[in-house]
Amino acid sequence: MSALFEQIFQVGFLAAIIRIATPLAFATLGEMFSERAGVLNLGIEGIMLLSAMTGFTATSLSGSLWLGVLVAMLTGALMGALHALFTVALGLSQHVCGIGVTLFSSGLAYFLYRLIFGQQSVPPSIKGFQTLPIPVLSDIPVLGPAVFNQFSLVYMAIIAIPLAAFVLYRTPWGLSVRMVGENPRAADSAGVGVIATRFQAVILGGALMGLAGAFLSMAQFNAFTFGVVSGRGWVAIALVVFGRWDPWRSAGAALLFAFVDALQLRMQASGLGHIPYEAFLMLPFIFTIVAMAVMSRNAVAPSALLKPFRREER
Amino acid sequence: MPAPLIEMRGITKSFGAVKANEAVDLSVAPGEILGLLGENGAGKTTLMNVLFGAYAPDAGEILIQGQPVRINSSADALAAGIGMVHQHFHLAPRLSVLENLLIGIPGKSGRIDRVGGLARLAEIGREHGLTLDPDLPVSALSVGEQQRLEIVKALFRGARLLILDEPTAVLAPTEVDGLFAALRSMAAQGLGIIFISHKLNEVRALTHRCVVLRHGRVAGRVDTPATTTSSEMAQLMCGHEIVPPARGPSTPGAAVLTLDGISTSGHSGTVLRGVSLAVRAGEILGIAGVSGNGQRALADVISGVLVPGAGQMTIAGRAVSRFSPRGVQALGLGRIPEDRMTTGLVTNLPLADSMVLPRIGTEAFSRKGLLKPDAIRAFTEEQIKAYDIRCPGPMTRAGALSGGNLQKALLARELAFDPKVLIVSQPTRGLDIGAARFIHEKFLDMRARGCGIIVIGEDLEELLMLCDRIAVMYEGRIAGTLDSADATVARLGLLMTGAGQAEEAA
Repeated sequence: MSALFEQIFQVGFLAAIIRIATPLAFATLGEMFSERAGVLNLGIEGIMLLSAMTGFTATSLSGSLWLGVLVAMLTGALMGALHALFTVALGLSQHVCGIGVTLFSSGLAYFLYRLIFGQQSVPPSIKGFQTLPIPVLSDIPVLGPAVFNQFSLVYMAIIAIPLAAFVLYRTPWGLSVRMVGENPRAADSAGVGVIATRFQAVILGGALMGLAGAFLSMAQFNAFTFGVVSGRGWVAIALVVFGRWDPWRSAGAALLFAFVDALQLRMQASGLGHIPYEAFLMLPFIFTIVAMAVMSRNAVAPSALLKPFRREER
Repeated sequence: MPAPLIEMRGITKSFGAVKANEAVDLSVAPGEILGLLGENGAGKTTLMNVLFGAYAPDAGEILIQGQPVRINSSADALAAGIGMVHQHFHLAPRLSVLENLLIGIPGKSGRIDRVGGLARLAEIGREHGLTLDPDLPVSALSVGEQQRLEIVKALFRGARLLILDEPTAVLAPTEVDGLFAALRSMAAQGLGIIFISHKLNEVRALTHRCVVLRHGRVAGRVDTPATTTSSEMAQLMCGHEIVPPARGPSTPGAAVLTLDGISTSGHSGTVLRGVSLAVRAGEILGIAGVSGNGQRALADVISGVLVPGAGQMTIAGRAVSRFSPRGVQALGLGRIPEDRMTTGLVTNLPLADSMVLPRIGTEAFSRKGLLKPDAIRAFTEEQIKAYDIRCPGPMTRAGALSGGNLQKALLARELAFDPKVLIVSQPTRGLDIGAARFIHEKFLDMRARGCGIIVIGEDLEELLMLCDRIAVMYEGRIAGTLDSADATVARLGLLMTGAGQAEEAA
């Protein structure tokens, strides 16, 4: 076990945590914005997959990484708008529509990928994001190489967390988002456009989910495969609850999950080889369930979550 | 008289075939408190919703300081200087007082203007004595404070006309005094106020002028409410004279329901802390109190829904050993729940089903596990006739009945089985004077026949008229019990706020 502990404090291990946490942080923040406005987005898994595909394709065709990121975010925003159309404008069931969006997005991703790249024995790959050491900061021992020698998308995630907290808690728009998620009637009588605010929050959330997808196919794996998301979207939904719908706590939850995930990867590689590796794969998910059961029992969701808003008419 | 701040001319609004408002004229001058009086369903709230932009009127116009305006949304209303305090507050409980105030207000260089908000809040607090802690979450405020926040919210947005929809319904008597003082202060500074109520004494005490609505139309205008008698106004409200039923002397018999040291523990709502009380045969006991002081837990324990953690209860002299709705019912308890629509009956099923719901497994309505549809139907038809329940028939969807008819149905289904004890919560809430009158008479009938009745209510006037004794609940305890001969609104009000203790009159 002491060998394991040594590994934990290796620079590589810390860097791995940050890397694993990045797409989760984007996805969790995206889901959080949506839910704070009162809209559960179960489309997240499919939105991430479709965005990973469109971002990868745009980069593969154009050679521009940032164009790929932009396309992925726009894809996410568009799917967010689709979800909002069903759930906010039409007031349909958020559960059913979310699952519909996931199924539709996933199917569309497979279909378009086959259409564009055909059936290939070796999946096409791109030259993805390279690590970008930040001068001075990356020279700090241990922390430097772990945190400040990363992909630029990682730095974006690090900035996105305080930015999300600022937007949510300090700006009039953020207050409107929280208000329409708690009591849309109150927001409406204060002259806030409930439908518009919810649309905006769900679309912003979708764009962040798209960013998460882009990270997977353009920084982490540099290729698009059908298993590229593999449940990270569902995990993000749990992390939002675990993080009590707060940007800081949600990001913390993402880090914690990433820690357990990185740990199980090391355990697979370490001398515990007589245990089938699938057992280790389960660890982060078991951890999530246990952590939620312990930590989130008193978590209170936004009051108007899942509730469509209609102006009262008799 | 100064030029009107706001004027509504010929407002007509229909919902389907129902005319909620018809050719209503109304105006408010700066510095004036206008009473808007009417029974439930008279069209008061609809009229105010037209003014606040929630409904578009079918005909008529609204003028602000002589200029015709179109108000299509609450945002328009706010911009025109109209603020409304709804019956059900429009607040987000988890957000702070300040956040609830700042919602919809543009920020300063992209950020919420916290400093400006605090200054404005302090200023309003100074002017009208409406102080609030800006950083408390709304969920930590009392109902009275939440209402204060709603008023502050309207002033915060620069309202020059404030509409209050039944504001006193949720307040204790002392809080009502505070509200009235604040409203008078606002009027003195030139604000116009529309005060909606069906409580005559409040309208007489507070307003300068009063408009009475009936069936959507203006039934009358009272220019001097303070010197007009309540019965004159009541007559305008319901179109005919209302004589309150007389409660004759009673000769209470043995106790039919006793509670001894009942305490509850629960994760929601106020718990009971050692409640002891007794109701005798042929007696009506009132339970007064500001809502949320344990009345619901008390009703739930007595009706067997909530199992107390400690204490004993007897019904008709027999100890209740197993608390369940069926168990207490078998001992002779009848119950009319507080919320007709959610716990009283099943709105989507035929009325007949709801009529037999509490006794569905008994021999009267089923045999060998099968329902007896004919018996159920016959029973319902019988009650419809006996209680004059207005509905097409026993198979009508229960939810389609009006509040008054539903309450009659609930009363009928209990009284048909001659309970020894009857517990009712808010028996006439939301009913018009006629239906309320009918319910009251039935209670007095039952009392004369030796039934012990507990009435849990918030309307003190009603309790004083109906009850032989009134117990006041405060924070899960009985704060005091008064004989109705000694009870006054003032004395009850004092007990309701936890101040002072009265002698146990039991």
